[in-house]
Amino acid sequence: MMTGDWIDVGALVEIPLRGARTIKAANGEEIAIFRTAGNRLYALVNRCPHKQGHLSQGIVHGEAVTCPLHNWRISLSTGEALGEDEGCVPTIPVRADAGRVLVSRVAMLAMLAAA
Amino acid sequence: MDFQGTGIGAEDRDDASDTVGTQRLVVIGNGMAGCRAVEEILARDPGRFRITIFGAEPHVNYNRIMLSPVLAGEKSFDEIVINDAAWYADNGIDLVAGDPVVAIDRAARTVTANSGRTVGYDRLLIATGSDPFIIPVPGKDLPGVISFRDMKDVDAMLAAADRGGDAVVIGGGLLGLEAAHGLSLRGMKVTVLHLMPTLMERQLDEAAGWLLKTELERRGQTILTGADTAAIVGEGQVEGVALKDGRTIPASLVVMAVGIRPSTALAREAGLAVGRGIQVDDHMVTSDPAILAVGECVEHDGQVYGLVAPLWEMCRALADGLVAEPSGYRGSVTSTKLKVSGIDVFSAGDFSGGDGAEDIVLRDAARGVYKRLVLREDKVVGAVLYGDTADGSWYFDLLRKGDDVSSIRDLIIFGQAFAQGGGQADPKAAVAALSDDAEICGCNGVSKGKVVAAIQAGACSLDAVRATCKASASCGSCTGLVETILALALGDEVESGPKTICPCSSFTHGDVRREIVAQELRSIPEVMQKLHWTTPDGCSSCRPALNYYLLCAWPGDYVDDQQSRFVNERLHANIQKDGTYSVVPRMWGGLTNPRELRAIADVVEKYDAPMVKVTGGQRLDIFGIRKEDLPAVWADLNAAGMVSGHAYGKALRTVKTCVGSEWCRFGTQDSTGLGVKAEKMSWGSWMPHKFKIAVSGCPRNCAEATIKDFGVICVDSGYELHVGGNGGIKLRGTDLLCKVATEQQALDHIAAFIQLYREEAWYLERTAPWIERVGIDHVRRRIVEDVVGREALTARFLFSQSFSQDDPWAARAAGKHREQHAHLGEFRPLEILAAEGAR
Repeated sequence: MMTGDWIDVGALVEIPLRGARTIKAANGEEIAIFRTAGNRLYALVNRCPHKQGHLSQGIVHGEAVTCPLHNWRISLSTGEALGEDEGCVPTIPVRADAGRVLVSRVAMLAMLAAA
Repeated sequence: MDFQGTGIGAEDRDDASDTVGTQRLVVIGNGMAGCRAVEEILARDPGRFRITIFGAEPHVNYNRIMLSPVLAGEKSFDEIVINDAAWYADNGIDLVAGDPVVAIDRAARTVTANSGRTVGYDRLLIATGSDPFIIPVPGKDLPGVISFRDMKDVDAMLAAADRGGDAVVIGGGLLGLEAAHGLSLRGMKVTVLHLMPTLMERQLDEAAGWLLKTELERRGQTILTGADTAAIVGEGQVEGVALKDGRTIPASLVVMAVGIRPSTALAREAGLAVGRGIQVDDHMVTSDPAILAVGECVEHDGQVYGLVAPLWEMCRALADGLVAEPSGYRGSVTSTKLKVSGIDVFSAGDFSGGDGAEDIVLRDAARGVYKRLVLREDKVVGAVLYGDTADGSWYFDLLRKGDDVSSIRDLIIFGQAFAQGGGQADPKAAVAALSDDAEICGCNGVSKGKVVAAIQAGACSLDAVRATCKASASCGSCTGLVETILALALGDEVESGPKTICPCSSFTHGDVRREIVAQELRSIPEVMQKLHWTTPDGCSSCRPALNYYLLCAWPGDYVDDQQSRFVNERLHANIQKDGTYSVVPRMWGGLTNPRELRAIADVVEKYDAPMVKVTGGQRLDIFGIRKEDLPAVWADLNAAGMVSGHAYGKALRTVKTCVGSEWCRFGTQDSTGLGVKAEKMSWGSWMPHKFKIAVSGCPRNCAEATIKDFGVICVDSGYELHVGGNGGIKLRGTDLLCKVATEQQALDHIAAFIQLYREEAWYLERTAPWIERVGIDHVRRRIVEDVVGREALTARFLFSQSFSQDDPWAARAAGKHREQHAHLGEFRPLEILAAEGAR
């Protein structure tokens, strides 16, 4: 289902609180969509800026996720590594509407074009 | 008070209408918004309009948000009436109650009611409010299924309560909980079904939601979160609610309170611009300049509102625009209070955090208080209060004004009186000014004088103060005060205490473990509340630790939190650097057979696993499995009789054995057999860290038992038991624990040692550092010398194992947590986009 500038990628209830789910993007890349305890949605390209760990598999706490490979903490809102570490992963606009998860069409197209 | 099907008709008072304005204003909706708008208009210019109000309900205007107190028996209907019949009469308003408008003719400028009555207008105001959302499940239309929106619903609930029995409320939001509270007070046995994991998730964070749930359960309600309604069942009358998980909850009354939707049908049919609500400008004018709309039915600047405060602001802007200087509505910031007596809950603004947001959290376990302020750029942007809401209005005021709070930041969480109390802006000065008699620690009755005396007697750290005078040793809420006293007394000479569990807490692992048992804390939010966590939902260090400690303390009772487990334990496989997983099936004691080997070989070929490796623990590791394929791989391995090897877990890994007396010419005992028995006894148990066992059949020690967490070396006269070895980062040989004569004694000691380690070690502490910390003598005392204690440890381990020895792979292969292995959604947005691009 498509709604204008946003692409409906699934039901909000499918993403656990303090958890994440993935969708396929271009070129084998995945996008991880996170849902915080505060019920806020974020989307990041699903690879840690450190060693490409799948951030979707990390523990979500506050507004951050801890990468499962080497415990880098990544800000969900900016994609930047927190603390002593340096690096950044692209973010994708995402929002919830009427119980559905919507990602930005433009951002998805950009990833497709880059692939 | 009823005006069923009648109007205080214009026909009856034509004389009156001649004296008021010549323009005709018709209002559709006799609720809070419609009448308030009329009041605001009359206040500005009482002579401007001849007014007719149509209401669907057969009542005068009453305060809808007070229906909950009516249901609870705290108020009567008369007490919640806002405008009585005299008000309508005094202002020359025609009230047509109990006759809903069914059509608007914009060309003719008339409205027509259900009875056929047609009235012309110069200006029309739509204030139709909202409709309850009815979830589309089978049985939703059965008698006994109602919503909670108007007086008729309350009457239905009161009638049901008179008959007694079971009620189910679907929806754990504001309205649902108020309905549940009222029905419970009226003597019904109430179950609340809530789809989300925490109550009132739109208004409360997890911590406050947990406190609320605990209190409601204490009051006798049953609260089921994560409860997804499949159907409402019954023959001719509701009899129960069936959940998607297969349970059926009996009910003679079902209240649906899952949400409301703007009531827009009339406006839509009239051709007005309607989005989620009727679209209005800043002056509440719709796409037709002659028609205004106000209240819950409108959409302003993309927002719809379901609370009362925005409605007042809208009505002011509407009246200003219509009869006075246009002021304009700019949207509302809303706050929420739950109207359940004895439960104080307040929330306002945005508390979901986000970029640049900072949390200030205060938890007072003894009083059941949780306060959380969310600040962004030194301004309050959100607040959640539970248990003490006295400062809710002050925080809300700060929030709406956007005041800079940096000057009172240190004290703001303590409330207005304290933060603006004058002379106390410096918390150190405030503490310094306290008298020696002032109580610092309420739990242990410790005065400031006693704390100072303890410090002067040599207690130079928080921990030393806790150990000597007990201040802050219980709930910890006075930790900040004690630290300030330490700083005042010693300056830079304060010694930092032992490492806390993580920056979210001032407690050590040992403190947390002790308090979980002492205070019988049974969930992660409860630990965080009672032990004053400074973050709302912890971090990736403390959450897995708490999950383990609770699992260990309350076997069979505690429900594991998947979101607090590291990926490997959530996916029951080992994540690899490329994001694929490795899979290790259990091979009891290192034994295998052709059937298992064939199954492994088949899996390797079928799923194209690039590598198979023999591990150091005598089993086979299959590499490169994609997370999507894991359930299928496990199903294939299960079919050959194999279960999870827990190679991924803080749990029993392998039991390494040599071939022992059955084959080896030097073997003294059946080391392989003992190894298999030990593994069958211990597998599946969650521990502070991984745990390895080995059994060697003779002192040549081919199984390398003396670098394992538990090593058995068989000798002619029995079994030598060794503990605390490690072959990892820091090589450590085992300490001899004792020697036993029989195989059963060896197994009992293994169980007792594992349980002691499970109960005493800190999360992520292997047995080697644990033993170095507590001393081998302590372990020997508990396991060798204290026979009764050892037997109790063994019994506790075996009890806990009765809940742990389910193969997690089998459950996953059967479909449990299927979502963990699949992408979100049933389709691929990428493919849609690619198709679009090709066009």
